Amino acid sequence: MLLFFEQLLNGLQLGVMLFLMSAGLTLVFGIMRVINLAHGSLYMVGAYLAATVSLHSGSFLLGLLAALLASALVGLLMELMVLRRLYQRDHLDQVLATFGLILFFNEGVRMIWGRQPLFMDVPQWLSGTVELIPGAPYPSYRLAIILVGVLVALFLYLLFNHTRLGMRIRAGASNREMIAALGINIKLLNTLVFALGALLAGLAGAMAGPILAVESGMGESILILTFVVIVIGGVGSIRGALVAALLVGTVETLGGYLLPLLLRLFLPLASADGAGASLASMSVYILMAAVLVWRPRGLFPAHD
Amino acid sequence: MPGSCVSRVSLVAACCALLLALLPWLADAFGDPYLVTLFSRILIYALAAVSLDLIIGYGGMVSLGHAAFVGSGAYVVAILAFHLQEGAPLFGGFLDIQANDQALLVWPLAVVISALLAALIGAISLRTRGMQFIMITLAFAQMLYYLFVSLEGYGGDDGISLWSRSRLPGLDLADNVNFYYVCLASLLLFLWLMRRLVYSRFGRVVRGTRENQPRMESLGFPVYRYQLAAFTIAGAGAGLAGVLLANQNEFVSPGLLHWTHSGELIVMVLLGGMGTLLGPVFGAAALLLMEELLSAYTEHWMFFLGPFLILVVLFAKRGIYGWICGGGDGHG
Amino acid sequence: MRISLLVSALAALCLGGGAMAAAPVKIGMVTTLSTKAGYLGEDIRDGFKLAMDMEKGKLGGVPVDLIVDDDGRKPGKGKQIADRLMQREGVKIMTGIVFSNVAMAVVPKVVREEVIYISPNAGPSQLAGKGCHENYFNVAWQNDNLHEAVGQYATDAGFKNVYMLAPNYPAGKDALAGFKRFYKGGVAGEVYTKLGQSDYAAELAALRAAGPDGVFFFLPGGMGINFIKQYAQAGLNRQIPLMGPAFSFDERLLKAVGDAAVGVVNGSQWSQDLDNEANRTFVAAFREAYGRTPTLYASQGYDAARLIGSALQAVGGDLSDLGAFREALKRADFVSVRGPFRFGSNQHPIQDIYVREVVKLEAGGTTNETRKKVFSEHRDAYAAECAM
Repeated sequence: MLLFFEQLLNGLQLGVMLFLMSAGLTLVFGIMRVINLAHGSLYMVGAYLAATVSLHSGSFLLGLLAALLASALVGLLMELMVLRRLYQRDHLDQVLATFGLILFFNEGVRMIWGRQPLFMDVPQWLSGTVELIPGAPYPSYRLAIILVGVLVALFLYLLFNHTRLGMRIRAGASNREMIAALGINIKLLNTLVFALGALLAGLAGAMAGPILAVESGMGESILILTFVVIVIGGVGSIRGALVAALLVGTVETLGGYLLPLLLRLFLPLASADGAGASLASMSVYILMAAVLVWRPRGLFPAHD
Repeated sequence: MPGSCVSRVSLVAACCALLLALLPWLADAFGDPYLVTLFSRILIYALAAVSLDLIIGYGGMVSLGHAAFVGSGAYVVAILAFHLQEGAPLFGGFLDIQANDQALLVWPLAVVISALLAALIGAISLRTRGMQFIMITLAFAQMLYYLFVSLEGYGGDDGISLWSRSRLPGLDLADNVNFYYVCLASLLLFLWLMRRLVYSRFGRVVRGTRENQPRMESLGFPVYRYQLAAFTIAGAGAGLAGVLLANQNEFVSPGLLHWTHSGELIVMVLLGGMGTLLGPVFGAAALLLMEELLSAYTEHWMFFLGPFLILVVLFAKRGIYGWICGGGDGHG
Repeated sequence: MRISLLVSALAALCLGGGAMAAAPVKIGMVTTLSTKAGYLGEDIRDGFKLAMDMEKGKLGGVPVDLIVDDDGRKPGKGKQIADRLMQREGVKIMTGIVFSNVAMAVVPKVVREEVIYISPNAGPSQLAGKGCHENYFNVAWQNDNLHEAVGQYATDAGFKNVYMLAPNYPAGKDALAGFKRFYKGGVAGEVYTKLGQSDYAAELAALRAAGPDGVFFFLPGGMGINFIKQYAQAGLNRQIPLMGPAFSFDERLLKAVGDAAVGVVNGSQWSQDLDNEANRTFVAAFREAYGRTPTLYASQGYDAARLIGSALQAVGGDLSDLGAFREALKRADFVSVRGPFRFGSNQHPIQDIYVREVVKLEAGGTTNETRKKVFSEHRDAYAAECAM
């Protein structure tokens, strides 16, 4: 039972990472109607910058700051140079162009930093463990990730519900034409939203750096899960992204742990573990397919 | 002007067809037999891309799971051949299906199984549209991918190595030139079928649905059934491509079903020009040849391929097809 | 024989070869340079090239031309490159493949076409047993070997209750089977994770709950980095000793995990501190040429080149009689950087295998130190199934 709660905590932590990634992407899609496959590249840029700067400066926070700035900047450039020209175009043009961006970034990173993964460590002041559940010490760094996620969710809530800018963004998400008719500079708004999304992706990448291998192509591993979250939550909806991220995080984490246990009730040990592992790999996709069959537009569709 | 576009494309297509027909002789003349192998591969991918274009380009249904049908076609060939090699009965002998490597039997079976799979997946997926459709097709393809990864009897992630190509009476497929012509014939046959289909009443309904689904529905067309039929036919085409791919490589692995493989097929369609018959053929050829040439010059070839794709999107509408047309918005 | 010499001489003249020097022997290298695993292929290639550079573009005194291409870790791509190398370049010697699934797509085909394939890394059990072939040589190890060494070490060190972890794919299953072949203690748990998984929090929680006295894991590449980092962050590295094959502890990966790997025991057939003349020369030259410490992959690439060199020297660079070349390869008449080396009946290595420990360097960073020899003249478990 203790183990179950610990696994729930792990699911929560993965969910938070997914939320950081999907919040930006769902906004970009909701407002600009752009499918940006290169969102994972921004995550990678964040992780690489954080790793490099914190290695040379010895300060994790400095690395984090560099990652946020760099990913926002790269995001800005991406928007100005490529995506801005694609808003009026077919989704598939966006897919092809942003796929090109992925290739460019992955290979570029390999050329600059070399092929081997980079090193990034947990900052000293977060390297311990906390016994949140007695008998199961939990890494403080993971708790910090959960905290950051809660703060970001709170920030986004305040931004969208209590500031003028946030209202405009929300208005843009639900009705593009109206906001243009109100005389709001939609180009600037787009760029801002894109930079915000890039910043959040960079934050996720930098936070992931100490836990995961910082390597070229790391963005695509999380990109697919991010899209799964967005579609389950309902495209364009921050609230949906939050719910779906936690759902996907929990299913992904608990699936690997519970499914083999469950199958052991019916099957011999070895085949139960094998089948359990396979089913666990599929579980997120089964969840998505089930949700979409039940609600073809996701849990909280933002548009009519 | 559409007129000049059509004639230009016909000219290019005629030249390409002539080149393709003569390719084995040319390869012989240049002393480079590898060309035959390379172009067999291009033809196979062209076939897969053309089938994908039926749903993406004409039907407006963007599937990110098309590789699943390529993979299932390939696996049918491989599994039947595997049982023949190992002498193990299929399905533990429960079903009366014989292990086999006869092309005339195995190939149609593989195509039918791929089509059935497409019908099943399509029936569920077509309840959604847009981005949700992209993701639900991806979901089913990934489920199949993990299924094949977990099939230890069939090599799991390592895949299955075939001992030889399928047998066709009167034609030795082990010969690369013969196999090349089989690929060429398959592609031409499928193109011909697609042409008939696209310009039939069926094709008009499917295209009409892409433009304006509510209108087609209000006109009383059972849109869902039309779309499902198109999805199934595309799955069959992909299955045939899978059959040929398994024979070309004499090897199959779950990687064939992975979403990145589906992504490659989409890139081929877009690069060539979607919603055109010949565009995907150009796209497949361009992508594979570019990979081949760039990777010979630099190991960092993706660094150059990426921006090239972006430039194609920004400056060449309708991909290579549009470029041949001279930028006009020609429907092929 | 004489005619073929005449023909090749004429060909050399036609191609502007100038003097009567024979055209260089072409060697095809299909390897993984892109994707996350790209550094493995890079090291194999660099090790191989180093051997060539040390002889100024020759191997065994014979000029060679190395053609490298990236398979992107895709079996189909690997097969396509192999086709090109054979059909366009007329390559008779191939090497380079990193991954077993690519090897399974390529090797059985090329060896049937009378091409010699020398594996510098992958050693799937099929190719060591029933599928062995006279044209296939493995100069690295059979896939199970390093796991077997760790299993023997765990038995010797008196572990009683080991928790095992590997990805859910054939090499993962083989790894645990190899470990268990020589590990005689109890099993606290046997877990298969998703291929390419990045977060192991769930597995670590279950592992802690199982209370083992040791953990054996096989998670190649980035998966291993993730696991080791997270293992240390959960505070487990101070409680339960970790062990595994060398794949997660090569000199380049160690840089990416930092101190988290310190104290981990891992099995390898080679280490940069192995004390022999050939190894000292190799490690120094590699550092000089590339500015980094070589990995075991680099050592395998280097040995592959030296093996080919020894056989080329024996036949004087003439590959028209493939049988003679094959015989020369079989003798393995070269000084391996890992010490004693010879081929078994299935043309896989018979070699010593060691365990190493990851230690901190005074100058910062970490490296492997050889602890003890676990196996002497170890051969793989599949040789008996090979008909040769």
